Amino acid sequence: MGGVRVLAGTRKGAFVLTSDEKRERWEISGPHFAGWEIYHLKGSPADPDRIYASQSGGWFGQVIQRSDDGGATWDTVGNDFTYDGVPGEHQWYDGSLRPWSFTRVWHLEPSLTDPDTVYAGVEDAALFKSVDGGKEWAELSGLRQHDTGPQWQPGAGGMCLHTIVQHPTDGDRLYVAISAAGAFRSADGGKTWQPINKGLRSGEIPDTDAEVGHCVHRIAMHPSRPDVLFMQKHWDVMRSDDGGDSWHEVSGNLPSDFGFPIDVHAHEPDTVYVVPIKSDTEHFPPDGRLRVYRSRSGGNEWEELTKGLPQKDCYVNVLRDAMAVDSLDSCGVYFGTTGGQVYASADAGDTWAPIVRDLPAVLSVEVQTLP
Amino acid sequence: MIRVVLPPHLRTIARVHGEVELDVDGTISQRSVLDALESRYPELRGTIRDRGTQQRRAFVRFFACEEDLSHEPPDAPLPDAVATGSEPFMVIGAMAGG
Repeated sequence: MGGVRVLAGTRKGAFVLTSDEKRERWEISGPHFAGWEIYHLKGSPADPDRIYASQSGGWFGQVIQRSDDGGATWDTVGNDFTYDGVPGEHQWYDGSLRPWSFTRVWHLEPSLTDPDTVYAGVEDAALFKSVDGGKEWAELSGLRQHDTGPQWQPGAGGMCLHTIVQHPTDGDRLYVAISAAGAFRSADGGKTWQPINKGLRSGEIPDTDAEVGHCVHRIAMHPSRPDVLFMQKHWDVMRSDDGGDSWHEVSGNLPSDFGFPIDVHAHEPDTVYVVPIKSDTEHFPPDGRLRVYRSRSGGNEWEELTKGLPQKDCYVNVLRDAMAVDSLDSCGVYFGTTGGQVYASADAGDTWAPIVRDLPAVLSVEVQTLP
Repeated sequence: MIRVVLPPHLRTIARVHGEVELDVDGTISQRSVLDALESRYPELRGTIRDRGTQQRRAFVRFFACEEDLSHEPPDAPLPDAVATGSEPFMVIGAMAGG
């Protein structure tokens, strides 16, 4: 039986939400790892039964969990995220230098082809890779050791590597994004990296051509057109048509210049979704109206999607990893809120309904389309 | 035989119920007990002590014999009652918000 499995990471555990292709009735299992922060969990595209989860907390640190049966049972795997060599220093908020120090795994990105290979983006920003199903981790240290590393500094949420995007056919080509350093690209499987931030404009950086220092929130790509990248950053929605060599703004008529997630329709590479949020300190939807915005033209022209979403007194946030799409014929779109709702649309965003309303604050949402 | 009491979250990770009993060679200290614990249950590595520095994690405390031993040197001998197994060495998740 085909269907979808939604993986929701929350402040107090993980939840697995499943439905058939109609996506009308849902079964909810969880909380898994109750009481722990689950920043992210994601299934392997090569084996949907294989799921990786980042479990962390202030008391007992970082744990990585792995399921080989679609989230029914879990096993602890490796949690040794030791930086390669002498970690070095990066900038702190006040401009002083501070040693790199591991805090947690923000994002797990399983390989597109091998269930045992998975990347981990961590705070303080670095990229790790496991090729044995998460038992052992090795840092791809060329990123952290980039010449610009000492200039990197944390965003409000910490200096985290939160986005990992894999090229659909070239396994050596990777993109990552770090708050608040910017976007980086590797063409050699993660050994060496190049900042790709040309064209980004960030209001609090006096140098408009700054190579790093940009607060990139999220990058999305459609696999049919891998040179086109969409970015939600602290200021503006951006687009690159040359694999990140340059960026131009496509915010158009969006009601704010801020937001966290961005994603692309599974079958329409020019259909893009964002959730505008008001910044700098409020971090809730403008006017208390929760709206997803959809562009069918690759940016610039955006339509607000409101059917089924609260249009008054709504003051939740939608975090950077908390939106995903399925790949059923009628593309499903999903997002979770800091108020504990997970919303789903089975018609590409035209109408919405909550799958569940009262989870802990949702940190991440991923979707698996099951065979 | 050294008895160790783990907090519920770590019992879940280690998949144990109740107290853990360990054979520990040499001086019975925080370090030797935790080394033996992590050797038996490698999934606990990094959850009690930082993997790199081996420092106690900030919100973890060590109690035994009605005393808070958290700030004792890691190689200091634990009380005789712990070494003889009449009292457990307790790993506690500190009461803190969240």
